[in-house]
Amino acid sequence: MLIINGNESDFAGKTVKEMIDFFQYEERTIAVEVNEKILPKQEFTAYRLQDGDCVEVVSFVGGG
Amino acid sequence: MQKADWQRALCARHGEKTQEKFNRASVAICGLGGLGSHIAIGLARAGIGKLLLIDFDQVELTNLHRQGYKPSQIGRKKTEALKENLLEINPFLQVEVCERYMQEADVKELLAEVDVVCEAFDRAESKAMLVNAVREFYPQKVLVASSGMAGFGDGNEIHTRKINAHFYLCGDERSDVNDGIGLVSARVMLCASHVALKVLQIIKDGMDKGEQEE
Repeated sequence: MLIINGNESDFAGKTVKEMIDFFQYEERTIAVEVNEKILPKQEFTAYRLQDGDCVEVVSFVGGG
Repeated sequence: MQKADWQRALCARHGEKTQEKFNRASVAICGLGGLGSHIAIGLARAGIGKLLLIDFDQVELTNLHRQGYKPSQIGRKKTEALKENLLEINPFLQVEVCERYMQEADVKELLAEVDVVCEAFDRAESKAMLVNAVREFYPQKVLVASSGMAGFGDGNEIHTRKINAHFYLCGDERSDVNDGIGLVSARVMLCASHVALKVLQIIKDGMDKGEQEE
């Protein structure tokens, strides 16, 4: 099991790219932290989520 | 007003120890629109020692309904106009300005010297760019970002969320200006106040930990 945005999920073994596509996030407007470290976007296709990972996808909307 | 009088007034409200931390602190504000201008005003009033103001834009009439500028400043650089307004509030503030459309390649150099970074851009892509870059290059610096403050929605939906010890997010995380709901001064200022207050808390409490370790 791993945690994505506070919820238990069974994405272990999937890449971050697969995960963000599943949730329909837009890559240009998000930041992904895995275990409190930013995951650079160029690693989205290579990084495979593991049991115990704590993932936070921060998604931005416009306005400021 | 003399500097000693100003310091005495601040110390009487914040406590001497806290005010010393504020005096020593430096904060970057990236984007000087409705969010950034009001974050800066909040921090200047609290007596933060040094602010770095970054924006490429000029003051326009259409900004005045929600941003911390005046009609007399239309056409001026936002960096210079805000500096002027901040120094009227706190003449002892150190202000550095950088007139630039901030790109990923600028982040490392521009933010090297500051203690805390406030993300206050308007476009979602720019927000994500800055957050990704700051978290990658400066994971130990405190970053306070914002997302979701458009429209007339309930003010109580604006919140501050701790992502981790170095990264906070303010806003309702939903209300997108691109949904055609516009930006309303009171709600944007609410979000800006969340950012400014979090920055002050971090400077106050973060440095407490440092002192305990010494």
